[in-house]
Amino acid sequence: MATRWWRVVRAAAVAGAVALVVAGCSGGTDPGGRGSVTLLTHSSFAASPDVLAEFTARTGYEVRLVQPGDAGLALNEAILRKDAPVADVFFGIDNTFLTRAFDAGIFEPYAPPGLDLDPGVPADPQQRVTPIDRGDVCIDYDKEYFDQPGRPPAPTSFASLVDPRYEGLTVVENPATSSPGLAFLLATIAAQGDPGWKDYWRQLRANGVRVVDDWTAAYQTDFTAGGGPGDRPIVVSYGSSPPADVVYSDPPRAEPRVGVVESTCFRQYEYAGVLRGAKNQAGAKALVDFLASARFQSDMPLQMFVDPVVAGAEVPAEYRRWAVAPERPLTMTPEQIGANREEWVKEWSDIVVR
Amino acid sequence: MSERAGRSGLVAAVPVAFLVVFFVWPSGHVLVRAFGAGALREVLTDPTFRRVLWFTSWQAVLSTALTFGAGLPAAYVVARYDFTGRRLFRAFVTVPFVMPTVVVAVAFLALLRPGGAFAFLGWDRGLAPMIVAQVFFNVAVVVRIVGGFWANLDVRREDAARMLGASRARVFREVTLPLLAPALVAAASIVFLFTFTSFGVVLLLSDPAHATLEVEIYRQAFAYFDLPVAAALSLVQIVVVATVLWALSRAQERSALPQRLVAADVTARRPRGRERLFVAGVIGVTTVFLALPLVALALRSVRPGGEWSASAYRALATRPATTTSVVSPGLAIRNSVLFALVATVIALVVGGCAAFAVAARSRRVGRPLDVLVMLPLGASSVTVGLGFLLTFGSPPLDLSGAWILIPIAHALIAIPFVVRAVAPALRSIDPRLRDAAAVLGASPRAVWREVDLPIVTRAFAVAAGFCAAVSLGEFGATLFLTRPEWSTVPVAIQRLLGRPGEANVSQSLALATVLMGLTVVIVLAMERVRVRHLGEL
Repeated sequence: MATRWWRVVRAAAVAGAVALVVAGCSGGTDPGGRGSVTLLTHSSFAASPDVLAEFTARTGYEVRLVQPGDAGLALNEAILRKDAPVADVFFGIDNTFLTRAFDAGIFEPYAPPGLDLDPGVPADPQQRVTPIDRGDVCIDYDKEYFDQPGRPPAPTSFASLVDPRYEGLTVVENPATSSPGLAFLLATIAAQGDPGWKDYWRQLRANGVRVVDDWTAAYQTDFTAGGGPGDRPIVVSYGSSPPADVVYSDPPRAEPRVGVVESTCFRQYEYAGVLRGAKNQAGAKALVDFLASARFQSDMPLQMFVDPVVAGAEVPAEYRRWAVAPERPLTMTPEQIGANREEWVKEWSDIVVR
Repeated sequence: MSERAGRSGLVAAVPVAFLVVFFVWPSGHVLVRAFGAGALREVLTDPTFRRVLWFTSWQAVLSTALTFGAGLPAAYVVARYDFTGRRLFRAFVTVPFVMPTVVVAVAFLALLRPGGAFAFLGWDRGLAPMIVAQVFFNVAVVVRIVGGFWANLDVRREDAARMLGASRARVFREVTLPLLAPALVAAASIVFLFTFTSFGVVLLLSDPAHATLEVEIYRQAFAYFDLPVAAALSLVQIVVVATVLWALSRAQERSALPQRLVAADVTARRPRGRERLFVAGVIGVTTVFLALPLVALALRSVRPGGEWSASAYRALATRPATTTSVVSPGLAIRNSVLFALVATVIALVVGGCAAFAVAARSRRVGRPLDVLVMLPLGASSVTVGLGFLLTFGSPPLDLSGAWILIPIAHALIAIPFVVRAVAPALRSIDPRLRDAAAVLGASPRAVWREVDLPIVTRAFAVAAGFCAAVSLGEFGATLFLTRPEWSTVPVAIQRLLGRPGEANVSQSLALATVLMGLTVVIVLAMERVRVRHLGEL
């Protein structure tokens, strides 16, 4: 009675299975071919297509990007896949997570020949990774908000944030889920000492600090000068947020609305390294050389809003004019961070979240 | 009977093979690799994790109940009344389902904060907006699955009961509700799974003190790098989900009464007299609830910096290729449409086979398959995403350069919708109807065309609309698998929002507005397919 019914279903099933296999097989071949080098990085990575094309013209390798979400996700992918790496080079690990990668042993030692780092840039003595850029995580504020009469003056230090006049004005990121959030927690630890930071966070909490899970939620939806429906004029963001505010203003604006509290800035360095077991070792080395070259480094400021770290890189004028980079930022060694990171984040959660 | 069971076994092989390869294997791979008995003990005894499980459960139950409260009236009206704009309304309710959480969060907060239409509520991030957002996202599931099935119920039973003197309420309770039960259970299980595994809404609209299991798994895996605890938590999640599914599957099986289902266009009629007010009221209230955040979002996209301007759209259309960070919107739209089509085909084939096997009522095959098919909805996307990365990047199945993984991941989430939409319809087809047609001399082909096809086609159309919607809106798996050249519209929206400056915010909202239009067009197109088939009858 229902013979045809089942025949139709069976035919469809077989057709579907065949289609799947065919699609799977045809998709499985590598479109990039032999001449490509794969870069595993976070979703904030950006470069001018022209600059990448220059790399291809110079070396013959085409750059393929794999960007599985934020830095934490990308690092996890590199670690989980270390026996069969998806990529040849990893870029985007910063000093707050460096020890995690070293412990997992994902990098093959390599140093670009003739690398000329700016003074003070911390290189890895064992040459597993090469410094590529630096940036500062800072307290930023909405200049227009604090210019209004009847409002307190713009914040100037960590102390402002726990001052009752600034009650309910601050939004920060959760250090458990956000890279700038973690950097800001480390900034408070570097500034207030251990265990002084705990007391500072208790005061922040009492002063109505709001914690959100990532930078997008903090800056784009809660910060009053972020372009979204924000209601907090103080936010944890970057020293490079002012130039970004000008470059991506709509309608166009000549001066940034965003100010930076310099004394709160925490320095982050991002590194790149050749992945152990990379299929294209030669291409990987060439790509690390390129990332550390003046050409790529000069492209970074307006692409990723970070500063170059090698001699000879040129910073575009509109970036240099507005970016804030303190002479003596807060900082911490990767070893110090690596030894305490999980513990600090858990303690922070107990104080601020529960 | 035995021949039929044999056939259903054969048909069951397709979904089983698909799920074993693309779900059980990768997730099992992660769980086995990261598993530790100590971590499981810690998870089971630590009061923190117990609190997380408790919160996850009650917010899911509450959200599911509220979603039904908001969706049932519209499901009824759409099923029973024929009114101008009915098809458009049905496509429109799907839009929230597709919207990326991050832009919905922007829209919700815009409405709730000073200057917004709902500022008087005094809400900000917290539980209340989170629950309302869950309802907003999932109303479509109730309206489409329950409404789709309701449209096929034979009104004459209800009319007969009314004629015999039963009150409206009694007819609903004693006639309609039991007949509708399979679809209600189906929709409830899907909404429950979506809210139980809620992630983005919790992160973006709630506060860090409230975490679902899914959020906790993410934190353990990526903040503390504690994969054993993350694996133990996702094991707990799977066990809870499988238990709930088992119970619901039993309930659904028991509640299916053989009944005469009829083609949808027979059961709907133009509203008369006071009914017109009722229909207008239900459609009006539902539309306003769903449209407010969408309108808020679209408005913001044309008012960057508080001035009317189409600059965001102009910038999107002419976006110069000066950065690798955001793909061109054209490419993102092309990818989204392509993935949606491929995912829909995969899900309809695999899910269709599963629905036939499940509905064949062989309990040995049916129920475990029913639960298996639903599991991907209830599994942690962190686990599945990591599983894909670990498993399909090396032999025996090296798909690391293959875009097909994305529609496959989408299909995993879409297949439950196909089964949930199609199986109740199949189960409810009265075997006597087929027998009668055969006795009266109809050929098997005529029986299939006249009896089964209209009902099944409608169910498949409902399912196809959902498959496309699931794929268009999916973000979690895409996030894990993304290469820039595969970016979908939701990924592009997220990328834009990840860069500072209000130009990026307004462009992301503009792209979200484009996604709304795209959803309506694609879902309407799916519905057209259905209409054409019915027209052949």
